[in-house]
Amino acid sequence: MNIFNVLKEIEKVDPEIYDRLDSRRAVFKHFGGFGKKLAMAAVPLAFGSMLNKAYGQTTTRSVLEVLQFALLLENLEAEFYKQAAATSLFPAAAGKMAFETIRDHEVAHVAFLRTAITGANGTPTNYTANSFDYSAKGNLPSTFTDYGTMLAVAQAFEDTGVRAYKGQAPFLISNNAVLEAALQIHSIEARHAAHIRRMRRDMAGSPANQKPWITLKDRGGLPALVQAIYDGEEITNQAGVNIATGNVSANAASEAFDEPLDTAQVTAIVTPFLK
Amino acid sequence: MTKIASPQETDAGLTKTITSPIHRRSFFKYAGAGAALSTLFFMGCEKDDKMDTITGGVDLGSGDVGVLNYAYALEQLEAAFYTQVVAAAAFNTTFTSALERSILTDIRDHEVAHREFFKAAITAAAPNAIIPGLTPDFSSVNFNDRNAVLAVAKTFEDLGVAAYNGAGKLLTSATYLTLAGKIVSVEARHAAEIRDMISNGTFASGPEINSMGMDRALKPSEVLAAAKPYIKETINFSNLPTS
Repeated sequence: MNIFNVLKEIEKVDPEIYDRLDSRRAVFKHFGGFGKKLAMAAVPLAFGSMLNKAYGQTTTRSVLEVLQFALLLENLEAEFYKQAAATSLFPAAAGKMAFETIRDHEVAHVAFLRTAITGANGTPTNYTANSFDYSAKGNLPSTFTDYGTMLAVAQAFEDTGVRAYKGQAPFLISNNAVLEAALQIHSIEARHAAHIRRMRRDMAGSPANQKPWITLKDRGGLPALVQAIYDGEEITNQAGVNIATGNVSANAASEAFDEPLDTAQVTAIVTPFLK
Repeated sequence: MTKIASPQETDAGLTKTITSPIHRRSFFKYAGAGAALSTLFFMGCEKDDKMDTITGGVDLGSGDVGVLNYAYALEQLEAAFYTQVVAAAAFNTTFTSALERSILTDIRDHEVAHREFFKAAITAAAPNAIIPGLTPDFSSVNFNDRNAVLAVAKTFEDLGVAAYNGAGKLLTSATYLTLAGKIVSVEARHAAEIRDMISNGTFASGPEINSMGMDRALKPSEVLAAAKPYIKETINFSNLPTS
């Protein structure tokens, strides 16, 4: 993990990253000193806490910022499904049709968000297939050549999308129209997630206990590098109410509520997929 | 007064919905049958336009707590439904697949978790404003028929998704908005799985999904009209926020 490259990549998504962290110079100086002293394993942790600090301080985001962020995520998905649906990896026609359905939704979401951004006097960022690296810096070399990997990446994107929209929704609370539209997209992402999970359950040699919902923080046989997508999903207490009581098990209590991810967490998750 | 959209009594012999206009005299006759509710009815009769507003029944209340009560009402309905599905004597023969039984049992547990969460959260926030337990009416559902059970499940899940999507903007608390968001995506996962159980690949298709690839967002009035046949009490949503 090269922190400096990651920062450069985040800068593409958030040009103000250095301002959020401190000044560019201070950040590099900070890391320059830390990098030599910290064990490599500890660096991502320190980095994550810095990002949290950077974005955690931003208590509000403008509607336009949220829309641009959503546009990046929807493009990440749309370009993925365009390529995935065009492969011949599907063991049955139904799988290909499902990917085409999802692709069409993501493409429609991109179009909707671009219109919304323009309507809010913003300029939508342009993305193409070349904007994204679906090998996640070489960690997933068979995304479009192995059916299981392709479904795993799809699940990772959908579950991330659900958590990302959920985390952004409070920033839209003063704009009813945009909030409602975001919620209408949010639930579609959850439908996608459930179906991709079903496809993984039904595929040959699938990992055991695949469910359409997220149990605790189980990443369901996905590569360890996506664990951050599931961390935090294991909670069984909501707003001070213990959910795992009576006949409701801890598993069911965690499944019954999907958890939000904040901007920093989502950014850290999608960064490896950005060129 | 020219018409009565739908008298609310369900407890005094007047159980069928009346949709055709009835005259004042016969209205009094009907209202007299529902003695407990008659005072409220007469109050509602004073102005014609008030007749479109529900009076009496279970009042969801106003503000954020009213919206939470609205969600609590729907979760009560779903929890009661799946509890009955799973508890049916013929559950194992109606759903012969162990996988499908485990899916439906999971969903039951999730809906019970949602119901109990709202009960606890509303009680903590506004102990005097929480609605009582509702009485479900599933007399129209054949719980021994897989297709019938799944069709009602689909209705409830799609309706739940649309209800939460439409309720988000009614909330003023970001905390409650996030909590509603945590639940609605699980309802959407249920909806997708139930739809796929009916016909694989229909997880996000049909008239419920628009051309922009977006789910529905329905108003409380629309949602409760669809839920009405399954709840014995009349739900009064007239004090809920509208934006």
